[in-house]
Amino acid sequence: MTVSRFRTIFYTVAAIVALAGLADATYLAVQALTGETLSCGGSPDCFRVLGSSYARVAGIPVALLGALAYLSVFAFATFAAFGYARARTLLIFIVGAMFLATLWFLYVQAFVLHAYCRYCLFSAAITFLLAGLVIAVPSSQKQ
Amino acid sequence: MKRYLPFLIVATVALIAVGSAAMLYRTKRAQLLPVSENRSVPGKSGTESVHIRGNPDAPVTLEEFADFQCPPCGSFAGFAEELLKQYDSRLRIIFRNFPLPGHEHAREAALAAEAAGLQGHFWEMHDVLYREQAVWSKTPNPRELFESYAGTIGLNLDQFKKDMDGEKASERVDSDHALGNSLGITLTPFLFINNHPVDPKDKNPEGVRAAIDAALAGKSQA
Repeated sequence: MTVSRFRTIFYTVAAIVALAGLADATYLAVQALTGETLSCGGSPDCFRVLGSSYARVAGIPVALLGALAYLSVFAFATFAAFGYARARTLLIFIVGAMFLATLWFLYVQAFVLHAYCRYCLFSAAITFLLAGLVIAVPSSQKQ
Repeated sequence: MKRYLPFLIVATVALIAVGSAAMLYRTKRAQLLPVSENRSVPGKSGTESVHIRGNPDAPVTLEEFADFQCPPCGSFAGFAEELLKQYDSRLRIIFRNFPLPGHEHAREAALAAEAAGLQGHFWEMHDVLYREQAVWSKTPNPRELFESYAGTIGLNLDQFKKDMDGEKASERVDSDHALGNSLGITLTPFLFINNHPVDPKDKNPEGVRAAIDAALAGKSQA
């Protein structure tokens, strides 16, 4: 199998993984917009996390920004899979930014709020997986 | 065609995501907005059935319609404690029973709380029911557990058993439920602050605190 083929598979997998993150973030964004943070599966931890001031940036639910980020990842990964070189660079940038944001939110949950929201942990796992995939993609120089 | 395929895939996924989000939003919004914004809770009849926590003369009243078997209500109960500590004498909380039909043991739990209330221990039973919610909710016959809770909080057990089956407790639950129905409530917990429904988008710690602060500011200006 050629390196190019490998890369296409990696980017396709990344796009599929991003869809899972998109579904999670979209659900949380709708929850936040409808004000249903109290009913997050009945878990008091979710309530603490999603109802905290850290769950919004300038009044915008973080989950909504997350949904946009996952949609961007899906788009860039799809274009990268079709051979668009610039999409690969943009994918690395956005996944890097999401990785850093995820580290921050994990820190907030662990050391500030002392509560974990399982939807947020799922999103963190997706981002780590995406970061792993982006790192693991064979570079074009090897082609 | 291959040139346009990635655009087509991305556009399709974006449309599906936005469409699903819009549908979910509309569904949830419809469930969460059963009461019009300007509607307020009517005057209470029979103050004996009103369960108040905090300063009875507090300028701000947070009225909660809740179901003992509803997990978000349990989460809210913990938050309500924090609110009472934070606002001290400026806030009182009124509890209203609103057992949802989908919750098998919710009505029985409400009866247990009201039976405890007849002996002056409503809030103690309220706290135990929420604390032990995960246990009794899964039990086929929670009655025995409710009786053990009654014993734990020092109630007269024979009287408690009689009251649980009596008319008074049942009437209190039905009265609260009828009030909730008249307000169009379909979901719990449903909150009112000084008789104004809390907007579902504000049903989070920050939103509730902001609504209480606004009510306090309104009172101090009046």
